[in-house]
Amino acid sequence: MERQPRALQVVLLAGLVALVAFPLVGEKFYLQFITKVMIMAIFAMSLDLLVGYTGLVSLGHALFFGVAAYALMLLTPEYQAAGFWTSLGASLGIAALAALVVGFFVLRTSGIYFIMVTLAFGQMTYFYVHDSSHLGGSDGKYIYVRPVLEIAGWSPFDLEKPSHFYYVALAMMVLVYFSLRVLLASPFGRVISGIKENEHRMRMLGFATFRYKLVCFVLAGALAGLAGWLVAAHDGLVNPEMLSWHQSGQLLMMVILGGMGTPSGPILGAAALKVLELLFQGWTKHWQLLLGGFIVLSVLLLPRGLAQLFESWRRD
Amino acid sequence: MTEPALRTAALRKDFGGLTAVNDVALECRVGELHAVIGPNGAGKTTLINLLSGDLAPSSGRVELFGRDVTGLPSHSISQLGVGRSYQRTNIFMRFTVFENCRLAAQSRLPSSMRFLKPAVRYREVNAAAARAVELAELCGREQVPATALSHGERRQLEVAMTLATRPKLLLLDEPLAGMGAEESARMVELLKKLAPGHAMLLVEHDMDAVFALASVLTVMVNGAVLASGTPEAIRANREVQEAYLGSEDGE
Ligand SMILES: Nc1ncnc2c1ncn2[C@@H]1O[C@H](COP(=O)(O)OP(=O)(O)OP(=O)(O)O)[C@@H](O)[C@H]1O
Ligand SMILES: [Mg+2]
Repeated sequence: MERQPRALQVVLLAGLVALVAFPLVGEKFYLQFITKVMIMAIFAMSLDLLVGYTGLVSLGHALFFGVAAYALMLLTPEYQAAGFWTSLGASLGIAALAALVVGFFVLRTSGIYFIMVTLAFGQMTYFYVHDSSHLGGSDGKYIYVRPVLEIAGWSPFDLEKPSHFYYVALAMMVLVYFSLRVLLASPFGRVISGIKENEHRMRMLGFATFRYKLVCFVLAGALAGLAGWLVAAHDGLVNPEMLSWHQSGQLLMMVILGGMGTPSGPILGAAALKVLELLFQGWTKHWQLLLGGFIVLSVLLLPRGLAQLFESWRRD
Repeated sequence: MTEPALRTAALRKDFGGLTAVNDVALECRVGELHAVIGPNGAGKTTLINLLSGDLAPSSGRVELFGRDVTGLPSHSISQLGVGRSYQRTNIFMRFTVFENCRLAAQSRLPSSMRFLKPAVRYREVNAAAARAVELAELCGREQVPATALSHGERRQLEVAMTLATRPKLLLLDEPLAGMGAEESARMVELLKKLAPGHAMLLVEHDMDAVFALASVLTVMVNGAVLASGTPEAIRANREVQEAYLGSEDGE
């Protein structure tokens, strides 16, 4: 694994300790808030794999997030719980399958055309779901009971309890973070960075780049699916907005704000955006104006994202 | 006799109305250094692009190691044992010298769909990369990012990456372009050292280097082969002198 700057390591470790300890003191509202932030961080990490590491700027990433969320809704019987592993497996599977199909087409394009076609696929799915009454149409649908994990009659945790859900989300986020770091240091990870840097040369070196991009796209789709499953289980609600380009755009903003192509950037970005949103919403009804201003400033001052704040301390 | 590593027949490439490569037939064997010379715009780079799979020919045929490879994509050509270096430096600018070569060497793993073990722990890959760095005389510069290299060093790296893929056939597009006299001399030594074990197609404007290295020479003008033969025969060829060499002598 590539070494991170010392200052960032300290910040991340402190952050992790604080996250582990928080449920001991935190109120339910903040527990749920941070749970959502952690889920969005997973979602943002999945997009960063494409945008930051492979150089594929997707504006349709919410498709996989939404599809997985709807899969959980469809798999949950009306007043009963869905199985934890079966529904999670199905959600990830369907998101990965969707990514395989979409990726097969969109990865034939690049640059601005790639942005356009990912956007188009996202919007097609959005309108399909929006106009399908059996999927709840524009209102979406409720999931009344959260998935349950039972091993021979014993449940290690109860997702109905906010603190339990919080720890499940935290564990997933940490797992995704370390899995991605292992992945990026592997031969596969080096190939995708090579593709980002100079795809033409990668091909002449003998790499069938399309295949690697497709696998990367599917992995990113599956991880977005994990986030989608978590959000649907957490909120007990799915709606078409989860698939819309607003969602994809906000996600891209998180990645850029935090720092593209840095391991912790997407986490910082998701946290920053969500916290500021909450803060500004408390101040004024024109909070979006404030948020927009903040983003403009931050991109101007920190073009490589919030993770850049820690880079300058690297040699301490 | 052994199969030629490279053979083309009636190779042609049209760009709209312009025929950049016109009815080119040539061969290159292992142990042979086949130099292609010709004035600017003669179609030399385009020819290499056709051989490396960067471009598909309009018509004609490319055979590698006795196999018809016409129209195969560049990654498949590369995997058959073809290494290509570019006239315009084409490297991973933000990677270090070693990582450029390591990634090139990694391409010879049966597959890079490997997700767990760190890439830097593949011993054979590291060894191949280190060997390429050494051959191209970039020792001591391994950890320098490519952006920080001098122009000559970038040219060396370009060749090092090509070597790291362990090619049997080398397609070198003006490896000496823009190099200083000393760097140039070193590159010529390297090519001399490589010649016995490889089939090499060398495009080069530096006539001293060409005549020092080539066992076969092909002269291209306006996309077509004007003459082909031993360096002595080419030097003595009246047409070539008029069309090309003559003008250089006059300088
Ligand atoms: N992609 C392309 N599209 C259109 N025309 C091209 C293309 N590539 C090359 N050409 C044209 O084909 C001709 C041959 O170009 P090429 O680059 O092969 O020449 P060259 O012999 O390598 O020249 P130099 O010695 O300057 O490198 C030139 O007239 C060039 O303008
Ligand atoms: Mg050229």
